Amino acid sequence: MKPIRILFRSISSAFKSVIRNLSLSVASISCIIITLILVAFAVLLSANINNFTSDIEDDLTMVVFVKKETTDEEIEDLKKNIDAVPNIRDVVYKSKVQIKDEMSKEDETYNRIMSEWKEDENPLKPAFIISVDKIEVMGETANTIMNLEHVDIVKYGKNMVESLVDIFDIVKKVTYVAVIALVFVTAFLISNTIKITIYSRKNEIDIMRLVGTSNMVIKLPFLFEGLFLGIIGSILPVIFTIYGYIFLYDKMGGVMFTKIISLINPYDFVFKVSAVLVVIGAVVGMYGSYKAVRRYLKI
Amino acid sequence: MSFIELQDVYKIYKNGVTAIADMSLKIKKGDFVFVIGHTACGKSTLIKMLYREEKPTKGNVFVGGVNVAKLKNSKVYKLRRKIGIVFQDYKLLPKLTAYENVAFVLESYGYKESEIKPKVIEALTRVGLKEKLRSFPDEMSGGEQQRVCIARAIVNKPKVLVCDEPTGNLDPDTSKEIMKVIDSINKEMGTTIIMATHDRDIVNRMKKRVVVIKEGVIAGDYEKGSYKVDEAH
Ligand SMILES: Nc1ncnc2c1ncn2[C@@H]1O[C@H](COP(=O)(O)OP(=O)(O)O)[C@@H](O)[C@H]1O
Ligand SMILES: [Mg+2]
Repeated sequence: MKPIRILFRSISSAFKSVIRNLSLSVASISCIIITLILVAFAVLLSANINNFTSDIEDDLTMVVFVKKETTDEEIEDLKKNIDAVPNIRDVVYKSKVQIKDEMSKEDETYNRIMSEWKEDENPLKPAFIISVDKIEVMGETANTIMNLEHVDIVKYGKNMVESLVDIFDIVKKVTYVAVIALVFVTAFLISNTIKITIYSRKNEIDIMRLVGTSNMVIKLPFLFEGLFLGIIGSILPVIFTIYGYIFLYDKMGGVMFTKIISLINPYDFVFKVSAVLVVIGAVVGMYGSYKAVRRYLKI
Repeated sequence: MSFIELQDVYKIYKNGVTAIADMSLKIKKGDFVFVIGHTACGKSTLIKMLYREEKPTKGNVFVGGVNVAKLKNSKVYKLRRKIGIVFQDYKLLPKLTAYENVAFVLESYGYKESEIKPKVIEALTRVGLKEKLRSFPDEMSGGEQQRVCIARAIVNKPKVLVCDEPTGNLDPDTSKEIMKVIDSINKEMGTTIIMATHDRDIVNRMKKRVVVIKEGVIAGDYEKGSYKVDEAH
């Protein structure tokens, strides 16, 4: 089969070239390794953050206490108003009596104290238990509710959640920027390596053109060379991902930050991330060599 | 239309030099034609237009019915598979043996190893290098290197062989040997030969058609060795 033979010859020629230009190849490969390790870091981290933000969200509720002297009708109105606020997933009303009963059940001491209250002596305030859709804008949601009529106090785990989300958001963004910058540096380095290969084989390329070698056959080895550099460069990051993540997962017992957050189970997950790394390496490598071929191998 | 035909061809280089001016020429299939003239008269330019290394500024250049002047860049390789090219400086790859230098042409076409081997051996045998298959260029004399270049040019059995001063770097005796090889390719394979040279000894001895170029125009066209040295001057 002609195309298959041409493919194999291109691949073997590309492979020889990687070895012939070893020092340059090593420079490109090192850059890919650094880039992909950062990518791995970013992907592992952001996948886990998405995972735990949904973990937290499941439990995360806001409690809205209503002013004491509010009438039942006003409470009815307030519920409608709360329902109309954006980002609200669920609203449950608890009357003074319900709250008292629940607290009594939970704790023996509460029970003893509360059982002495008479019906009209209950000092508790009625409350709405609210769950939200997005933690990131929980602060805004709380403010909006706070401004509604008859609302006394809004309580939620504000500081911890907000600061965690903020920190991880910054980490994510910084990593993305670093990865994008590194991808460009890597593509440039690969393109430079391929350029040198093209120049070092100028003689051969000129002869091939003169004897009627097709353009595709002339170009293919260089494209493969970039591809190889990319794939070779992804080997170490893949090992880092698989062993590093499994190690961390075991070491931390599958959780992060005192068990609020459970880490994603490594199996399957690490292999998916590895596949992403290999694909990125291959694409960046091909892109670099494509640029070099377009620019320096005009036919 | 002739096998090779130039119609009112001009070649003006980007620097303004007119290398070929209003040239028309017909060459029949199987012919052997010398193109002679002083240095810089336009011989190489004419040869290069045949294999589309240079594009004419004006006019048509037909090779085997194809208008090379209008050929798309992406199709040039197809033309070159039908034209063998012999260079003054051989253009061999120094790291490849004689065999490999010839074989790599067919490899790059995607031929099977089993198809390549007999063709390469046949070509190298025809130029008299059967015993030197494994020699590298730096282990061969100039004449032997030129034979490898010729073997590479004919390995795909082209219809035309164009030679640009193939004996330019060789001594007279070696040149004679090379001319025997080229002549036998013309006679035994029926290949059309177009050879640029300024070696008047060779031209006089071979008694072939001679096209004389002077400053980019055809100054004379002589049948079968009827050309005399003084006529061109
Ligand atoms: N690539 C080029 N660019 C500009 N001028 C050229 C180029 N090639 C050849 N020439 C000019 O064209 C003329 C003919 O050159 P050439 O065809 O090489 O002549 P010959 O082979 O007969 O010595 C010369 O004046 C030469 O300087
Ligand atoms: Mg010349």
